[in-house]
Amino acid sequence: MKRFWSFVIKEFYHIFRDRKTLLILFGLPVTLILIFGYVIRSEIKDANIAIYDPSKDEITKDISNKLLASDYFNLVENVQNIQEIDDIFKKGVVREIIVFESDFARKLEQNGEASIQLIADASDANTANLVVNYTRAIIFDYMNELNRNNPNPLQILAEPRMVYNEEMKGAYMFVPGTMALILMLVSALMTSISIVREKEMGTMEVLLVSPLKPAQIILGKVTPYVTLSLINAVTIILLGYFVFGVPIHGSVFLLLAECMLFILLALSLGLLISTLTSSQRAAMFISLFSLMLPTILLSGFIFPVENMPEILQWLSVIVPPKYFIIIIKDIMLKGVGMSFVWKETLVLIGMTTIFILLSIRKFKIRLD
Amino acid sequence: MIRAENLTKYYGKTRGVEDISFSVDDGEIFGLIGPDGAGKTSLFRMLTTLLKPDKGKATVGELDVVKDYKKIRKKIGYMPGRFSLYQDLSVEENLAFYARIFNTTIQENYHLVKDIYQQIEPFRKRLAGNLSGGMKQKLALSCALIHSPEYLFLDEPTTGVDAVSRQEFWDMLENLQQKGITIMVSTPYMDEASLCDRVALIQKGSIFNINRPEGIISDFGRDLYALRSRDMFELNKDLKNYKNTHSAFRFGESIHFTAENISGEPESLRNYLIEKGHEDLKLEKTEAGIEDCFMDQMTAK
Repeated sequence: MKRFWSFVIKEFYHIFRDRKTLLILFGLPVTLILIFGYVIRSEIKDANIAIYDPSKDEITKDISNKLLASDYFNLVENVQNIQEIDDIFKKGVVREIIVFESDFARKLEQNGEASIQLIADASDANTANLVVNYTRAIIFDYMNELNRNNPNPLQILAEPRMVYNEEMKGAYMFVPGTMALILMLVSALMTSISIVREKEMGTMEVLLVSPLKPAQIILGKVTPYVTLSLINAVTIILLGYFVFGVPIHGSVFLLLAECMLFILLALSLGLLISTLTSSQRAAMFISLFSLMLPTILLSGFIFPVENMPEILQWLSVIVPPKYFIIIIKDIMLKGVGMSFVWKETLVLIGMTTIFILLSIRKFKIRLD
Repeated sequence: MIRAENLTKYYGKTRGVEDISFSVDDGEIFGLIGPDGAGKTSLFRMLTTLLKPDKGKATVGELDVVKDYKKIRKKIGYMPGRFSLYQDLSVEENLAFYARIFNTTIQENYHLVKDIYQQIEPFRKRLAGNLSGGMKQKLALSCALIHSPEYLFLDEPTTGVDAVSRQEFWDMLENLQQKGITIMVSTPYMDEASLCDRVALIQKGSIFNINRPEGIISDFGRDLYALRSRDMFELNKDLKNYKNTHSAFRFGESIHFTAENISGEPESLRNYLIEKGHEDLKLEKTEAGIEDCFMDQMTAK
C-alpha cells in the first residue's frame, strides 16, 4: 500500500509541475464550456417576429414598439387571423409570434393582469429559447415601468409556448456533450500520455525491474486522474448551472456516480492506447482521432444521431460518449432516476470491463 | 553468479546478440566492452528480465531470467543506458521514490549510498533535469543501489560524463565491490576495461574474447608498431596498400600497424615507406591496448 501511495504522490508531482498538463487539466474544461456555452447561446440580432394584436390599444402598441425599438427583433408580419400562425411558421422566416389577448388594456386595468403568448419555433431549440427570453425581459421591463408609481401593481403575463419541439431537445446539450468531451480528453489522453512518457524516458524499464506489480503501476497512474477528472466534472456542472442556468433536475449523487463510471471507461481506454504505442506523439494522435472526433461528431453532442446516415448511426452504437450523454441529459434535464437510464449504464459498465481486461492482458511485464 | 548460455536475441531480422555465453563470479566487476550497437543493451535487458531471449538460457543467482523473473527483480539493481530519472522530480524525491517502490527508505539503506549520495546531497532540492551529467549519473547509481541489491547492472554508466566524474565513478564501483555486490558494467570506452576484474569484448552481437584485462593484451599475438611521418594521410594510404599489412588504423597522433606474418618486418617496411618518399619517418614498437584488440578483430577477415 505504501508503495502504491508513493507512486500516486509521484504522479501528482508530475501533474502539478508541468504547466502544460495543468493547463489542459484545468484551463481546457473552463474554456471549452464557455466557448460551447456562448457559441450556442449566441446573441440574437434582428430575429424575425410576427405580432398578432387584436386589441390594438395604447398598451399593446407600446409593448410592440418597445420590442421593435430594440435591435433584437424585426417585424415581418402583422398577423390578422389567428389561424394563420401555423402557415407563418411553416414558411420558416419567423422565429416567434407574439399574441396579445383581446381587450388587453381593459383587462389589465380591470383585473390587474393580462397575458401575452410567445409562440416560438423550437425546431432550433437554442434560438427559440433565446428569443423567448429576450422578449420576456423586455416585457418585464415595460411592466416595471408601468408599476413604478402605481400602488396596485399590474401583471403582464408572458407565456412562452414552443411549437415543433416542445421538449426543447438540443437546448443545454452542450453541458453533457462538453462533459463527455473533457472527461474523455483528460482521462484517456492524459493517462495514455503519462504512461507512454515513462516508456519514452526509459523510467518504465526501472519500474518494470522493480517489484511493483503491473496492477500497482496502472492504478498508481490512474488514481490521480480519477480525482482530477471528478473535480473537472463538478466544475463543468457548476459552470453550467451558475453561468448558463442549466438545471439539475435529477439526483446529484446519481449524476456524479455516472460521471465516475464514464471516467473509469475513459481511463481504461487511455490504458489500452498506452499499451499499443510507445511514443507520446502517437498516443496523442490515437487519442485524438479515435476518441475526440467520435465524441464530437458521432455521440449526438453536436449533430443529432437521428439525422445521420444509417451507417453512421450504426457506428455511433459503439461510441461510449453517446450513452453517457443520454444518461446525463436524462438525469440533469428530465430529472429521471436509475430506472430510466439502467440500460445505458449497463452498456457503459460492460464497455469499461472489456477495456480494463484488454489493457491488463496487453500490459507488458517486459519490454518486447 | 551470473551465467549466460548461448543467449540469442533477434529483433525481427536484425541481430541483437547471437550465441553469447559467459559467467560472472560473485563479487566480481565484470566489464562488457564494445562499440555502440554491439548488443550490450540487449544483453543487459535479457539479464535484467526485461527481454526474453529467443534461444539460450541465463541465470542470475541461480534464478532463471524467464521463469523466476519476479524473484530476480527483487535482487538486482539496474541503471539503464539513459539515466532513468524523473526529470521533474528533485534529487531527493527521485531517491525516495525508488526507495519506496522497493519497500525501503533512504534512512534504512543510507550507508550503501552514502559515499555517492553525499556528493549530490547539497543539491537535493534541485530537479533532476537540471543536474549535470556527472551528478545525474551519481543520482541514478544511488537510485539503483538504494534497495541494497545483490547484483548491479550498469548499462553505459559513464557515457556522456566528463573524465573526472568517470574516474570518481570507477572508484565508487570498487567501494561497492568491497561491500560484496556483484557488478556487471558496460562501456564503449576501451580505457575503462583495465578497471574491471574481467572483461568480455563484444562486437556485432557476439563476444570474441573474455579474459582479465592483462590477459586480453597478452592475447594480442602480433607485434604492434606505431608510425608517424610528415604526411600522415599519405602514410595511412601507403600502409593500406602495403603487401604485408594485417591492420593499420589511426590511433591518436600515430598509426598503429600489424603485419600479416605474426612478428612484423620493420626493416622492409621502413624501406618501403622511404621509397614512397616519407620524411621524418618514426617507426617504433609499442604495447597493444584494448582498442588494438578491437581493431585487430574488426579488420580480421
